[in-house]
Amino acid sequence: MKIGVLALQGDFAEHARMLASIGVEPVEVRLPVDLDGISGLCLPGGESTTMRRLIDRWDLRQPLLDFAATGAPLFGTCAGMIVLSREITGGEDPILPLLDVTVQRNAFGRQLDSFEADLTVPVLGDQPMHAVFIRAPIIDRVGPGVDVLARLDDGRVVAVRERNVVATAFHPELAGEPRFHRLIATMAAEHDDPGEGAGRRPHPTRRAGLPR
Amino acid sequence: MSPETSTWTTKKGLAQMLKGGVIMDVVTPEHAKIAEDAGAVAVMALERVPADIRAAGGVARMSDPAMIVSIMDAVSIPVMAKARIGHFVEAQILEALGVDYIDESEVLTPADETNHIDKHAFKVPFVCGCRNLGEALRRISEGAAMIRTKGEAGTGNVVEAVRQLRSVLSEIRRLQGMRDDELFVAAKELQAPYELVKGVAEEGKLPVVNFVAGGISTPADAALVMQLGSEGVFVGSGIFKSEDPARMANAIVQATTHFEDPKILADVSKGLGSPMRGLALEQIPEAERLAVRGW
Repeated sequence: MKIGVLALQGDFAEHARMLASIGVEPVEVRLPVDLDGISGLCLPGGESTTMRRLIDRWDLRQPLLDFAATGAPLFGTCAGMIVLSREITGGEDPILPLLDVTVQRNAFGRQLDSFEADLTVPVLGDQPMHAVFIRAPIIDRVGPGVDVLARLDDGRVVAVRERNVVATAFHPELAGEPRFHRLIATMAAEHDDPGEGAGRRPHPTRRAGLPR
Repeated sequence: MSPETSTWTTKKGLAQMLKGGVIMDVVTPEHAKIAEDAGAVAVMALERVPADIRAAGGVARMSDPAMIVSIMDAVSIPVMAKARIGHFVEAQILEALGVDYIDESEVLTPADETNHIDKHAFKVPFVCGCRNLGEALRRISEGAAMIRTKGEAGTGNVVEAVRQLRSVLSEIRRLQGMRDDELFVAAKELQAPYELVKGVAEEGKLPVVNFVAGGISTPADAALVMQLGSEGVFVGSGIFKSEDPARMANAIVQATTHFEDPKILADVSKGLGSPMRGLALEQIPEAERLAVRGW
């Protein structure tokens, strides 16, 4: 299976390495044509203002929205989360308005406020997750269709999922933390072959031919 | 674990976020806005671009904190600022201002002819220049969280940048071919800690992000160093000494992303007006060369 990494700018090589380490073939995506044949897409950390310029210049916006509309999974970290959010605090135009959240850029301050902390992400198991926040954004508002996957101790939201779109304010790819990438790979496999999806398989105890 | 700030991971992590991007020298908040709008990943706040520092002569120092703060207020992207080599008090002042990265830079007049700043002692991360692998590893052992080759700043001439980048990368390839017992001698020759030398030999790369600086003045220059293996570029005088800075800045950003696509490089290189006027290295007297500062 191939999963793309938006390679316009940022730590896309770290995402590609993480995908390779879990047995997925990473594909660098810089132009619309690069989206052909991939089953999911990671949007890396970096500078969202730079990514916005590069998405606009080479007309990537509509192809990326079309890709998301197929149901293939997208996973954004840090700047990637900003790129995927429907609203940006302060009124900047959204880039790919796929997640019904309001995101605040540089929410913790400047580089001196960047930090590491351990979080719990219940959907990914009991093991705490080591999280690296670098000039990180935060989610100020969560829409009704959005699941909160993780919060800081003070309650602020730092990881979300809405249907096929997952985003974190922190960088699993910098912490040697593969669980989010595994989740995306699983979602991508289900998207490729819905018959394999656990939710769509008949219940194992159901017997064929029984009267309803 | 309670939250921990200014760790080695967060320090070098910010540089990882800048990869594939262009860091631009700016001297006013207006320049900083132009750079941000053009797609710069960060700006370097300084009073004069290197070409003007070179022309002015005299002692070049840290910029006026008021100017640095006005640039920090003007943009949402990271702001870097330069301290003189060895001038740890200038670095303390820059840290107190809250800049995102300090460049201990040979473009300013060195304050210490023997010692660089002990960068481990700071919460803010540092980027340092190098001409070769030994210099890079010495800076990393002092705590630099990002490395850039120095090039020859303010010349608009990419030749030194290419020479130094090739030197660093070919020395790394040479280490990769060595037996363990040979790495001890290599460390001695490189005048760098053995642990760092061994790490580079195993990983095939520096333990921190490596950009190119000093002489990039066209989109083709940026793509050249990217194809050679740089992880991003600093552009100093090349943007605001060109005829149309906003267009040149954006074209260099595009070229740094699409560095392997000659059709796109041709497209973004069209009609940019004249780049900065360059200087041949032979025209610069030895005493005025900046790259030789640092040890």
